[in-house]
Amino acid sequence: MSISLQGIIGRGDFERALNFSVADGDVLAITGPNGSGKSTIIHTIAGLISLRSGQLQSDNIMWDAPDSEQWVAPENRSCSVVFQDLRLFPHMNVLSNVAYGLRAHGVNKDEATARSSAVLSRVGLSSFEKRQPNDLSGGERQRVALARALVMEPRVLLLDEPLSSVDSASRAVLRQLLPEVLSGFGGATILVTHDPADVEALASATFGL
Amino acid sequence: MKPQRISLSLKIAAAVAALFVALPLLSIFVRVPWSDLGHMLSQKSTRDALLISLQTSIIAALLSCLFGVPLAWFLARSGARGLSALRIICITPMVLPPVVGGIALLTSFGRRGIIGHYLYDWFDISLPFTRTAVVMAQVFVAMPFLVLAVEAAFRQSDKGLEDAARTMGASPTRVFFTVAIPAARPAIIAGLALAWARSLGEFGASITFAGSFPGRTQTLPMAVYELISIDYRLSLVLSLVLIFISVGVLAAMRDRWMAGR
Repeated sequence: MSISLQGIIGRGDFERALNFSVADGDVLAITGPNGSGKSTIIHTIAGLISLRSGQLQSDNIMWDAPDSEQWVAPENRSCSVVFQDLRLFPHMNVLSNVAYGLRAHGVNKDEATARSSAVLSRVGLSSFEKRQPNDLSGGERQRVALARALVMEPRVLLLDEPLSSVDSASRAVLRQLLPEVLSGFGGATILVTHDPADVEALASATFGL
Repeated sequence: MKPQRISLSLKIAAAVAALFVALPLLSIFVRVPWSDLGHMLSQKSTRDALLISLQTSIIAALLSCLFGVPLAWFLARSGARGLSALRIICITPMVLPPVVGGIALLTSFGRRGIIGHYLYDWFDISLPFTRTAVVMAQVFVAMPFLVLAVEAAFRQSDKGLEDAARTMGASPTRVFFTVAIPAARPAIIAGLALAWARSLGEFGASITFAGSFPGRTQTLPMAVYELISIDYRLSLVLSLVLIFISVGVLAAMRDRWMAGR
């Protein structure tokens, strides 16, 4: 089992008990209205906020278990996030954005560049390497964020509303691209969305909040 | 912005304020012995003071940056307890009479100071009245300007980018250098310029802690002060140099401090 969470997530006054797990190769869609804690789940699994209680583990490694004071820092979790607001680094070009995580993991520059280029071409952005994120369209930025997550080859991939911030034309492109890309991804994927069409196109299981 | 009608009484008050600042500066221009300028600037004592000023103020600005930026980061992001007290202490030199800063440095780093006497007894190091003391006094007075400017930038910068970098495997140190610093770069440059200008003009703390020894610790402001009674014309020339440098810094930083003017 690649990722499992049993416990209580929370941020501020918000709290919610959860129990789910996702196997390798599966895509779990978490759906629910605004304010139901979808982003809190993403942030908890990524390690940006901690569980209130219970446990979160991946491949038998305990990432977060407040009761036994176990905690793996976000930078040490094999987990990549495509944030709802993307969070591309505005001071780096597309290639450097994608290579950032590899460089942080100590991969040498040539290899990081080669692997990043390969992933960028998989999402159809080969000719965009030297462009700045702010010069791209919403759909292009979304694909950069996706490439930036995939290049890490994480055990867990978290997608927070991956189609919410793009225009309808880009959304159609991404709805085709995402299943292709995800079918080649060996780890567990958690997709947070409020759009039933995303669930239809991408998910192998659904969890409603 | 659309020009706005301003009443006569306000215009007069504004004119008084502007003239009060401009006239003294202009009068230096009027009285400077322009014909002797080249000769006076090439005198050894002038050159020494100018070089010492440039050397110490540049080093002080760089040291302020090297240590002030991490301090600003700590103040902005650590969330530690007692942070507001620490912030007040760290920026106190901005409002402290500089001469008090000089006394404080003497009391701590002087030969009999709380830290200084260990330095002297154990390592035979005596800081007061050295060029190092000039730099220390300048850092003491100038660093808070940089810390305040950079901390504000860190507070406003997008924490989401730093979180994203963490999830990509970057350690907190790497996040600091690759994401937080680039985001705060304009503020760091502005803070650096501000700290440099403040160091260059430093007088009270440095003359107290380092003394005014020509060729050793005497900076331009100290030379200006000492020359008033000895060679007033030369002190005018040195003042002119300081005015030019100050205006230069303001002009270079104009876009950062006064957006769009």
